[in-house]
Amino acid sequence: MNQWIDACATDEIDEEDLIRFDHGGRTYAIYHSPEGKFYCTDGLCSHEQVHLADGLVMGHLIECPKHNGQFDYRTGEAKRAPVCVNLRTYPVKVEGGRILIEVA
Amino acid sequence: MARRDYSLLGPDAKRAVETGLAAAEWYHTEVPRKDMKALMQRSDGPAIRDTILWLGGMVLFAGIGIALWPSWWSAPFWLAYGVLYGSASDSRWHECSHGTAFKTPWMNDWVYNIASFMILRNPVTWRWSHARHHTDTYIVGRDPEIAIMRPPVFAKLVLNFFGILDAWNGWGRMLLNASGRLDPEEATFVPDSEKPKVVSVARIWVVIYAATIGLALWMGSILPLMVIGLPRLYGAWHHVMTGLLQHGGLADNVIDHRLNSRTVFMNPISRFIYWNMNYHVEHHMFPMVPYHALPKLHAMIKHDLPAPNRSIAEGFAEMWPALKRQLRYEDYFLKRELPPTARPYREDFHRSALGEAGATAAE
Ligand code: FES
Repeated sequence: MNQWIDACATDEIDEEDLIRFDHGGRTYAIYHSPEGKFYCTDGLCSHEQVHLADGLVMGHLIECPKHNGQFDYRTGEAKRAPVCVNLRTYPVKVEGGRILIEVA
Repeated sequence: MARRDYSLLGPDAKRAVETGLAAAEWYHTEVPRKDMKALMQRSDGPAIRDTILWLGGMVLFAGIGIALWPSWWSAPFWLAYGVLYGSASDSRWHECSHGTAFKTPWMNDWVYNIASFMILRNPVTWRWSHARHHTDTYIVGRDPEIAIMRPPVFAKLVLNFFGILDAWNGWGRMLLNASGRLDPEEATFVPDSEKPKVVSVARIWVVIYAATIGLALWMGSILPLMVIGLPRLYGAWHHVMTGLLQHGGLADNVIDHRLNSRTVFMNPISRFIYWNMNYHVEHHMFPMVPYHALPKLHAMIKHDLPAPNRSIAEGFAEMWPALKRQLRYEDYFLKRELPPTARPYREDFHRSALGEAGATAAE
């Protein structure tokens, strides 16, 4: 069953940046876009399971720190080799300055 | 350790996967996120400037070489052109394959494709090969880009200063790929979806070479080949010289780049040709940092790294005797001292990854 999880405060993530969030044995990446919106994807790169939280957010792209593969973190779409498999994304909402993500 | 088998399909490849050496988690120096973000920032300025200098220099030197042809006075201009074609292309290929040279993606891709042609590396195949080199740097049986295998074959190293084996191999692969096939080792790291692209690029290259050879035959002169093709041989020496220093004589089968990579301070001309890849430990630890920010990264983490060699000559003076020793003792490698401010090498890390044999090798 899906549930909303309180992940962090909005001011914990700089604009155009991301943080790692671990919950229930899984790891997620939560992003703060340049226009102030928040997004959530799986935290590990689909290429070789590296934490995306050490990567670089450029606009709406997250670049993986290991081989510079890129994803659009709004849709999870793989954008630059060597990543070929899309990232899973998760719904996000903001309530009272807190970021909540909906996970299974 | 038994004799190394560098085949990507052999027993060492299998062993690396079984022992967890393949795709392992590597050591990183701690850098605050704020500083790392600043270092990773992309910009077009430095690479546009360097690309104008690079391609502009090629046009200038080739122009003078052609004007003075066939006089011997043209030779120094061909040598300069050759280094920009046969060596600077190596570092451009490399940096653009990471996508870090320019901020604008099409600029990275454009330079990547031109440089790949010059250095004779299929841009599709080698993107994957280089990803593997970063995942499994100098892990025997996994890394397809090990420049010096043990025991070293010196004749091979010397021939490569003139691009002989390397370029031959590149032309052979080009023809193989153009015929619609991939080498079985390439097929281990290139995904199926990318294979048609490998073939299309190879076919375009064959057309360019065929046109160049046709022109040379029509003119009854090797001049066209002096511009396209041959500089991969007569200009290769600089990238081989700098490339051997990257990992030569150091450890293999470890998961700490301080043990298997070498940073060497170099003169500004070599740094321009090599695009700062002389900061090689830094590059492997943090491949997201663009070439122009590597000196800054070095300053930030040097307390945790072995002291760099102070010149190319010093690097060779350290490496060459070690390679000679590896002729007789394949397991020998240079273990470079860390400064007292550094976090020590994790011997246990390597023991768990490699078993007892690896623990002794790292000592
Ligand atoms: S692990 Fe992310 S691009 Fe390779």
